[in-house]
Amino acid sequence: MSEASFQVINTFDLRVFLVPFLPFFASIITLIFGKKYFREKSHILPVISLFLSFSLSISLLFDVLNGKTYNFDLYSWIVAGSLKVGLGFLVDPLSVMMICMVTSLSFLIHVYSIGYMGGDPGYYRFFSYISLFTFSMLMLVLSNNLVQLYLGWEAVGLCSYFLIGFWYEKKSASDAAKKAFIVNRVGDFGFALGIFAMFYYLGTLYYNEIFAKLPLIAESYISIGGYEIHVPFLIAFLLFCGAMGKSAQVPLHVWLPDAMEGPTPVSALIHAATMVTAGVFMVSRLHALFEMSYHAMAMVAFIGAITCFMAATIAPTQFDIKRVIAYSTLSQLGYMFMACGVGAFAVGMFHLFTHAYFKALLFLGAGSIIHALHHAQDPNDIRIMGGLRRYMPITFWTFLIASLSISGIPGLAGFFSKDEILAYAYFSKYPWGKIIWLIGLVVASMTAFYTFRIFFKAFFGEFRGKEVLHGHTPHESPKVMTIPLIIISIGAIFSGWLGIPEILGGGAHFQRFLESVLGHPELLHVDHTMEYLLMALSVLAGLLGIFLAYLVYVKTPSLETAFSSRFKRIYTFLYRKWYFDELYDLVIVRPTLFLARTVVNLILDTFVIDQTVNGSAKTAEAFSSFFRRFHTGIVNYYNWFILLGLVIYLLLVYLK
Amino acid sequence: MVPFEYYVILSLLLFVIGLAGALFRRNLIILLASLEIIMNALIVLFAAISYHTKDISGYLIVFFLIGMAAAEAGVGLTLAVLIYKKLKKVYVDEINFFRG
Repeated sequence: MSEASFQVINTFDLRVFLVPFLPFFASIITLIFGKKYFREKSHILPVISLFLSFSLSISLLFDVLNGKTYNFDLYSWIVAGSLKVGLGFLVDPLSVMMICMVTSLSFLIHVYSIGYMGGDPGYYRFFSYISLFTFSMLMLVLSNNLVQLYLGWEAVGLCSYFLIGFWYEKKSASDAAKKAFIVNRVGDFGFALGIFAMFYYLGTLYYNEIFAKLPLIAESYISIGGYEIHVPFLIAFLLFCGAMGKSAQVPLHVWLPDAMEGPTPVSALIHAATMVTAGVFMVSRLHALFEMSYHAMAMVAFIGAITCFMAATIAPTQFDIKRVIAYSTLSQLGYMFMACGVGAFAVGMFHLFTHAYFKALLFLGAGSIIHALHHAQDPNDIRIMGGLRRYMPITFWTFLIASLSISGIPGLAGFFSKDEILAYAYFSKYPWGKIIWLIGLVVASMTAFYTFRIFFKAFFGEFRGKEVLHGHTPHESPKVMTIPLIIISIGAIFSGWLGIPEILGGGAHFQRFLESVLGHPELLHVDHTMEYLLMALSVLAGLLGIFLAYLVYVKTPSLETAFSSRFKRIYTFLYRKWYFDELYDLVIVRPTLFLARTVVNLILDTFVIDQTVNGSAKTAEAFSSFFRRFHTGIVNYYNWFILLGLVIYLLLVYLK
Repeated sequence: MVPFEYYVILSLLLFVIGLAGALFRRNLIILLASLEIIMNALIVLFAAISYHTKDISGYLIVFFLIGMAAAEAGVGLTLAVLIYKKLKKVYVDEINFFRG
């Protein structure tokens, strides 16, 4: 293994500490002083700190490239018996890649937000939260043990909650925030149990010790309800529950589309590029555990494939531009899990990396459109857009790059990573590899279709929103928004070039870099002709999708309603998002509310608690209504009582 | 020489008179006066006991009691005057702020 080539540094390094903590300090200071002193200058501190953090990440990247990794504890956080948890940092190829991605995007999105959030009454709050989010995300990826990962995991969820509900005066936004938080709780419950199980079986929570001890449980089984369950599978399953919640995989995906109620930069940073990929990161980080269990790998692969396919079927029916992109995020996250599920963790991380750029670009482009149309009742509705190519050229070009990239057009980032996933799935040693490949191929075509659907709808044809804008025409966004768009579009093109596969003359440097941590996937015999064929197929699938979208939404718009009117049943099924929300409403929300309103409220509250409280008051009142008769307010009576008391006292003393 | 029992009887008489006043009379001033009488019953008793047992500590208590009684009378009468000024009432059964 090439791991030996890394020199591990176990002493404190200030740069590693500052990478997450600079945004943290900026966040706290902005939160405290923002409202009174910084106001519309609130962005300065977070932006500067993020830039510094980004520079430090780059310098750490060079360290790691030169064979220096870091693994040290800042201080012991929890020490109890054999449990020892430190606040520690681990900088290896995997985490250094993540921090570079997170800080670069976070910095650019901070800059973008200066324009997007300008004039909002919660300006300082926004920057404080989003910096806090960046801190949490960096803590998550930099941690060297599971508990700190969990800390970051929960903290990103909390920041996500704050930011989805940023416009909390809107009912839908506060509902969406609650939904995201509660759905994530379900997953995180499993995640916490997984950590407990890990500690129970291995007695440690540090990654390096976990990896060292993992072989000990390779053959252990536990009996639950009469079934013999493979311990690695159990732990992997529990941990994967957390990943399903955080990375919005079926069946815990319902929160992500609703999370689009938050400001668009939040959607770009949290719900596309960083937080939702935490699940993929965690699975890759603990890949040794997942690889020990055949079933765990199958679970990861199929959950990913189902999500991937389902989201791709829902996306073309939605009219909210951000929701479409949210479903495409679900779908792409599904791809990443598919890659993990066939053992190609490095490729999954590669797709995570490229996806972060092109998806953030898609979101920010959508944000730019929304910004231009913000006078409309519902600026997210693609039905009021159209013809924006003339009004917003920069947004048009960057959006085009992102769309081509996600569709897997050769030369752009999305092509390399998606193609790698499909190839690795096809040549995988796991038997489900071929099925995964087929689903991936079909979804690639659908992805291109729905992405270009919104692209054509928004930028081609005639502008349809004249009435809602009261005759105004949309205008290009300010420079502070378009420049980040341009920079990210460079990422959306070139980030894939870091990992050009060997058969195209590249060195797959990105994958080789990560494989020192994530291991090289075992493949069956790789046939180069087959590999070219697969590549051609996936490109063709993408082109087919684009062509279909062109046909339906530009060439003959009459086709647009043909499907929905012809197959009304299926269309409604897809439009209602496979009835997941309705199902959960029926199975979980309603019984819970019923339980709360009848059993808890009517029975427990009314009968037990109210009766106890009222009863004690009534008892006191009954006693007092007897004793108040003695309380006449007339001094003579009191004198009598004193005498009576004295007599009783004397009697008690002398007659005893 | 007056026998010791006479003092005790005098003290008892004073106590009963004061007690009866405190229990039956309604006039605020009279109530205060009754309390003074009870106090005097005690003073007489203490003085008698001290004289009888040839022990000086009883006299000391007497002095303290006289001082205290004077102070108490001063405070009590002041309050009585204030109550009268405020309410124009001296009968305690008419003054019942604390009726439950």
